[in-house]
Amino acid sequence: MRSPSKILTEIVILAVVIIGAFAYEQYVSSQKYIIVLATTTSTYDSGLLDYLMPIFERKYNAEVHIISVGTGQAIEMAKRGDADLVLVHSRQLELEFVNSTYGIHRVGVMYNDFIIIGPTSDPAGINGLANATEAFRKIAEAGAKGKAIFISRADKSGTNMLELSIWKRLGIKPSNKTETWYLEAGAGMGTVLRMANEKRAYTLTDRATWLSFKNQLTNLKVLVEGDVILLNPYAIILVNPEKYPQRNYKGALKLAKWMISEEGQNLIASFKKEGETLFIPIARDFNKAHELGFPEQEKEIAWYDAQNP
Amino acid sequence: MIEDTFWDEIWNITTLSLRVSGTAVLIGALIGVPIGTILGFRQFKGKRTLTRFVDIMLKSVINTSMGLPPVVVGLVVYLLFTTSGPFGWLGLLYTPTAMMITQLIMVVPIIIGVTMSAVGSVEKSIRERALSLGATETQAAWLVLREARMGVLTSIIVAFGAAISEVGGIMITGGNVRWWTRTLTTAIVVETELGNFTMALTLGAILLSMAFGINFALTIVQLKGARR
Repeated sequence: MRSPSKILTEIVILAVVIIGAFAYEQYVSSQKYIIVLATTTSTYDSGLLDYLMPIFERKYNAEVHIISVGTGQAIEMAKRGDADLVLVHSRQLELEFVNSTYGIHRVGVMYNDFIIIGPTSDPAGINGLANATEAFRKIAEAGAKGKAIFISRADKSGTNMLELSIWKRLGIKPSNKTETWYLEAGAGMGTVLRMANEKRAYTLTDRATWLSFKNQLTNLKVLVEGDVILLNPYAIILVNPEKYPQRNYKGALKLAKWMISEEGQNLIASFKKEGETLFIPIARDFNKAHELGFPEQEKEIAWYDAQNP
Repeated sequence: MIEDTFWDEIWNITTLSLRVSGTAVLIGALIGVPIGTILGFRQFKGKRTLTRFVDIMLKSVINTSMGLPPVVVGLVVYLLFTTSGPFGWLGLLYTPTAMMITQLIMVVPIIIGVTMSAVGSVEKSIRERALSLGATETQAAWLVLREARMGVLTSIIVAFGAAISEVGGIMITGGNVRWWTRTLTTAIVVETELGNFTMALTLGAILLSMAFGINFALTIVQLKGARR
């Protein structure tokens, strides 16, 4: 064997090279223009952002890092200053975020809708119902009799919050612990859909994810759609630069402005899966925006339009 | 057109995995092997009860840290590097560096532990003979390390195996951002979620080949060690 000092030298050189390469990469990346967007798993899984962001990145020579988690977590991340802006879909949590002053200039961007899907055999008999709340009631009834299963996201996502609000209207708070027909998955939409397919269960899903996975979900079909409470509006909220001056507020502003611009809105409308449009832009459709819970839409759009980041 | 980015992405993901885990293991070895060696020597001494007690405590701490769940390490690193956290000002969250640090913390106890036991199992007589022939402490230490080199190599290979297949911790600290902090393991998670089984299985195959390669290398090392 060679002398210890020679081996040591070789190791040190190797170490310097590898660590140096790593450190260099970190340095190069710290010079890049990075915008961190916190969003939900449903939004990301629909594929919209992987379609949209490269266009923005090329145009503005920026990098958008998309962190996709549940809505609750996305907002928590933003409150902790780990993101520059959020794109989420849960009105209650959004308003709380704005009230906390960590989020500013909430503006409506687009909407899609939720649907109730379930086994083709439909043991709860909800197919074609216009009222989603009534459909949930029948599922609970069938579940109690052991004829149906419902799978919940159980992850504080926008989908989960809507599902829980429907159960609340019925005055019930189902839980995995006490009801065997109610499964709390604690997982993303794609996973829950596959679970529902395996178990021939009912669940609430956004149409976008459903269309993306439809081909794999041979045991399921759309049973209830169209109820106004199933409409799913998306909002962009910037992270308050006064709370976190070290964040890329300008970048966030650029991205937000682009998404609500004519170009961004047209691109959103042009995104299709299996030939169907997934998201409907509403940033400049003020009537629709008001309907969907954005009373200050004109004001916010005017504010965004006036900004020059 | 989709084909282009498919292989580009796989390349990006694979090289990132190797960079993160490789660098973590390299630095881990630079830290862990010396410490493991020193701790291994302690087994030569320790006749008094107090030193015995310290030995046992140390051994227990090392063994427990060896089994430290990586996802817990990830959680702690996340809390340290989050913007409002103590090291938030470094801006390291959701970067490959944060992932490397997570794996480093996970890997160091493994290297220390296995090196320690390899060095400890080298015969006392070798060190004593060297000292009696006039070697310095450092020279004797180097001699013992040479004897234990197969064990040390084992520790590094095992550490790399653990790092390359880790998923929870680096997902929390890296954020699984496409083209940036997606490694083999975290990419498999998201691609499975999205239903892109072609991509997921390809990545799985690559990961399996690496795991096989690692175990192959480990087996050779152990055989070589046994033959001596």
